[in-house]
Amino acid sequence: MTDTPAEHPTSSEDATPSERPGSAAPSRRSLIGWGGAGLALGAAAAGGAVAVARSGDDTGPDAAGSGGAIAFHGTHQAGIATPVQDRLHFAAFDVRTDDRAAFVQLLKDWTGAARRMTAGRPVGEGAYGGLAEAPPDDTGEALGLQPSRLTLTIGFGPSLFEKFDLSGRRPDALVDLPKFAGDNLDRGRSGGDLCVQACADDPQVAVHAIRNLARIGFGKVVIRWSQLGFGKTSSTTPDAQTPRNLMGFKDGTRNIAGTETDRLKKFVWVAEKDGDADSAWMAGGSYLVARRIRMNIETWDRTSLQEQEDVFGRDKGEGAPVGRAKERDKPFLKAMLPDAHVRLAHPDTNAGATLLRRGYSFTDGTDGLGRLDAGLFFLAYQRDVRKGFIPVQRSLAADALNEYIQHVGSAVFAIPPGVRDKDDWWGRTLFTKNPGDAGDAGDAGDSRDSEEA
Amino acid sequence: MRAVRLSVVTAAATAAALAAVTGCTEKSDASSDDHVVEVTATDTKCEVSKKEFPAGHVQLDVSNKGSKVTEVYLLFPDDRIVTERENIGPGTRQKVTAEVKAGAYRIACKPGMKGKGIRQDVTVTGGGKAAKRDPRLDAAVAAYRQYAQEQADETLPKARVFTDAVKAGDIEAAKKAYATSRIGWERTEPVAESFGDIDPKVDLREDGLEEGQDPQKDWTGWHRLERSLWKDKKLTDRDSELADQLIEDLTDWQKRVGKAEITPTSMANGAKELLDEVATGKVTGEEERYSHTDLVDFKANVEGAEKSYELLKPVAKENDAALVTELDKQFAALDTLLDTYREDTTSYDFTSYDKVSEADQKELSDAVNALAEPLSKLAAAVAAPK
Repeated sequence: MTDTPAEHPTSSEDATPSERPGSAAPSRRSLIGWGGAGLALGAAAAGGAVAVARSGDDTGPDAAGSGGAIAFHGTHQAGIATPVQDRLHFAAFDVRTDDRAAFVQLLKDWTGAARRMTAGRPVGEGAYGGLAEAPPDDTGEALGLQPSRLTLTIGFGPSLFEKFDLSGRRPDALVDLPKFAGDNLDRGRSGGDLCVQACADDPQVAVHAIRNLARIGFGKVVIRWSQLGFGKTSSTTPDAQTPRNLMGFKDGTRNIAGTETDRLKKFVWVAEKDGDADSAWMAGGSYLVARRIRMNIETWDRTSLQEQEDVFGRDKGEGAPVGRAKERDKPFLKAMLPDAHVRLAHPDTNAGATLLRRGYSFTDGTDGLGRLDAGLFFLAYQRDVRKGFIPVQRSLAADALNEYIQHVGSAVFAIPPGVRDKDDWWGRTLFTKNPGDAGDAGDAGDSRDSEEA
Repeated sequence: MRAVRLSVVTAAATAAALAAVTGCTEKSDASSDDHVVEVTATDTKCEVSKKEFPAGHVQLDVSNKGSKVTEVYLLFPDDRIVTERENIGPGTRQKVTAEVKAGAYRIACKPGMKGKGIRQDVTVTGGGKAAKRDPRLDAAVAAYRQYAQEQADETLPKARVFTDAVKAGDIEAAKKAYATSRIGWERTEPVAESFGDIDPKVDLREDGLEEGQDPQKDWTGWHRLERSLWKDKKLTDRDSELADQLIEDLTDWQKRVGKAEITPTSMANGAKELLDEVATGKVTGEEERYSHTDLVDFKANVEGAEKSYELLKPVAKENDAALVTELDKQFAALDTLLDTYREDTTSYDFTSYDKVSEADQKELSDAVNALAEPLSKLAAAVAAPK
């Protein structure tokens, strides 16, 4: 099968415009536009659209192996307890419409596109083969790539609830984060009405997903800020090796595993009884705290090994807690210095407060002073921010690590429950009066959704 | 229109879907039988139901009755491709459409998708006239052609006010006349730029000069004079020469603009390109880096795009009503936003772009994206075969 259109000149490329002069003239116009003159041709590909829509199947989801597809439908959204992939593209959006119906339609369109992309299929009619004069529905850079375990997870920020008459439905657990000691937050990297977390084993797949959602969203939402991440810094699969952060340390050894149903239920998933009737829509959801934590990499690298290990409360090689032999040995907190990171972050120090962490390392070039703009993009899921991130972060005010890090971006989001089936959509429980009713009016108009046979 | 197609795609499995008749093609079947050419492809033959058909939208209705995957081409006599469809499986049918002018063509089938294919000469009749299409679209093209001509006609006297001031050495008067002299050009920029030899002479920015070009000698047009007025703050003999040259080049444009090839889809894409111009050059303040009159160009670009859109709207509305609703909304939103940058909505006195804050530039950029994205779908909404 020929799968790249580039191998064959299309009619438009081939139609050299008669008005266009020789090579000396700068070619500022695409040939398809006004310059594509002389030959009135328009290959309206009726059948071609059909072929393209199915072409995703050819490279399609092979659920086996690390490149496979993660199920999109479920009680909870994928991308939280599912095994952590290698790459991240996280985007926070601002809503720019006050039209509730238009916004709900966007959520449905996004759901349809997410359903296709997580299955390794292109958005809409695909990336090529359609009408020559019109831009393709899909941007195309993920063609031929595996689904790469792509997960897309949506969240709603506190500011969203001020819109669309939703303030009554804002859950109490979705608090505005207080100012923490040492915060140096950049408003341009904080907050947002919405977020989408794209995780995949291939960065191109993650970037493709956010790019296409942003494109679908133009006119309704705009990207406020975004973050690329690599080298996952926590694992939700305990049998895998604990990943290291950019400081070279293993961190989050006792992170909640995707298989630990009881701990997930206790610390991550929102239960129906958690809030009042107005926040019952969150049942099965979670709360996400995102923090961009800049590391003073150069300073850290000049720090003695002893101090590095003291700061974390672990040894650098094995990752064992102070005074223990193996990484997974139970930490003896009192053996650590009072300001050791592990000691202060540990649930035992925080009345049992436990987070599911899913952070990634980032490097965004340099900062203009020749230093790496690098650090940890911290992502933590919890059942209640007041019982999760807030007490832990308050406890970390005394953290010895603070000398080497700074929190520069911050956001909190309510993560709604999962999309149950092909008729369901992201945020339905929030935007419909009766959360049990999947068939919200207007759903039938969503052709992307109904495309899934 | 696209949504209709999508929903047809929905149900079927691959083979069935390939053979499915889509909403659009059904419509064209009904209205223009003489434009349908049945192509029967086998492993050794490429039979066509007629060898002569009228200009306009032609539809190749291809049945692959052979054992190999095939592809079908409509070719110009010199082998350039008019349109093509690959991967037509054995036992399946596909429809390929194109808009063609009168002349000689070939239809080729390539069993196994290899080699030069099996060819049939065909003739498209129509005495060299333009392709037959929806008369409303022809009317839209004619109206747009007239608009483009009017813009060029109106630009000349305004440009003369500008160049006369330059030649008189009156810097203030020249500055005042500068931005308005460009409005007609900016409104129809995609047409103007289709004359690739005129555009670099009149509208080149300094960074558009190529390696080895001399800014003193090779850089001409509005932006060169803009620099003299706002940056160098003096006018020389060279500027007088440049002023004469500008009028000469714009006169050339005025004479040739009526001959531009314009089609409904090029109008639609031209509208989108005007927004692209805004998104890449104006919203960043690069276009008018010395005069900071970017918002005048911005407004003119939007006006030109809106003109194309309004002319195509009746047809677009039939094919994609939701798109038209969205475009109406986004054009209005952008116009309203732009109006906040001028005190009098009948004048082109806009806020100087160096006074527009970064946050406000972001808001303008968001509004442009909100319009340009749906506008990119306008071509599809007017290209449906009728």
